[in-house]
Amino acid sequence: MASKKKVPAMNTSSTADIAFLLLCYFLMTTTMGSQTGLSRRLPPMPDQNQKVEDQKVNRRNIIVVKINSADRLLAGSEPMDVSQLKDKIKEFLSNPADDPTLPEKTMTDIEGYGQYPVSKGVISLQNDRGTSYHAYIAVQNELVKAIDELRDEFAFKNYGKPYLNLTEEQQDIAKKAIPQNISEAEPKDVSKK
Amino acid sequence: MSKFGGSNNKKEVPAMTSSSLSDIVFMLLFFFMVTTQLRDTENKVVVKLPEASQSVKLERKDLASYINIGTPTLQYQNQYGTDARIQLNDSFKTVDDIRDFIAAERESMSEGDRQFMTTVIKADEDVRMGIITDVKQELRRCSALKIMYQARRPATD
Repeated sequence: MASKKKVPAMNTSSTADIAFLLLCYFLMTTTMGSQTGLSRRLPPMPDQNQKVEDQKVNRRNIIVVKINSADRLLAGSEPMDVSQLKDKIKEFLSNPADDPTLPEKTMTDIEGYGQYPVSKGVISLQNDRGTSYHAYIAVQNELVKAIDELRDEFAFKNYGKPYLNLTEEQQDIAKKAIPQNISEAEPKDVSKK
Repeated sequence: MSKFGGSNNKKEVPAMTSSSLSDIVFMLLFFFMVTTQLRDTENKVVVKLPEASQSVKLERKDLASYINIGTPTLQYQNQYGTDARIQLNDSFKTVDDIRDFIAAERESMSEGDRQFMTTVIKADEDVRMGIITDVKQELRRCSALKIMYQARRPATD
């Protein structure tokens, strides 16, 4: 009984060193920053054999936003600053007074909501080869902001909550009611001028 | 101890148990392993992202392929100049190489995930739109239509 040997404790002080080494390895080789950006869907390339059909879009349904090589902005037919663009786009898309020069609306049946006058407005974004990316993103950002604010207004009116707090189905409804119709023009249109 | 005399009669300080230290470090390790992702490429171009307040988070990082556009870093400037260049994976490429790059990226994904593939355009804010338009046209030709212009949220929200 008295000769019971004590098992010597294992020296664990180096485990911490090993773990630190691993930790440092992961700290060096990985990145943490979440990536953010503006999502877009490009239009598919038209088939070469297919005859290019002129999409007949009524003139009142289109707003052309042009950025030239000096990063100056032209929306519709008037030059403006980037800060003014958002309100212009909001007015264009919502057309509150049913102005005949602004886009028409069609009553569309939205699943889970009912009838809603959806605007047929399309924003056509054109840029020059010399436009800086910085200005281009700034304009894209304003366009998204305008649409997001309209969706927010829609959400407040119908659900009393901002768009981001809606359920997924409600967000889908808002997306259908205020679609994001931004067309990025073919570059050939751009080089002409 | 006592047989060495009074001069050595100091009390020994008990050793600190460091066994829990490794647990703490492992916890840190797991935290970083879970929250970070492996950096797959080395940046050979300088990219200062433009600011956009409306930027949204990229949903599936594993389905993204990156196209970096910017001026080469200092060590490559004598070789490639200071004009904006495209970097795919680890080397400088031209617009024509995008097709192969996209095809390779598609190949590496599972069948069901291919439709969700996102091409992230990571361009410096000072590049001209010409090169980006070329890239966009090439992407349309490869029918990689889901793109994202990478941007950062401004610091003051």
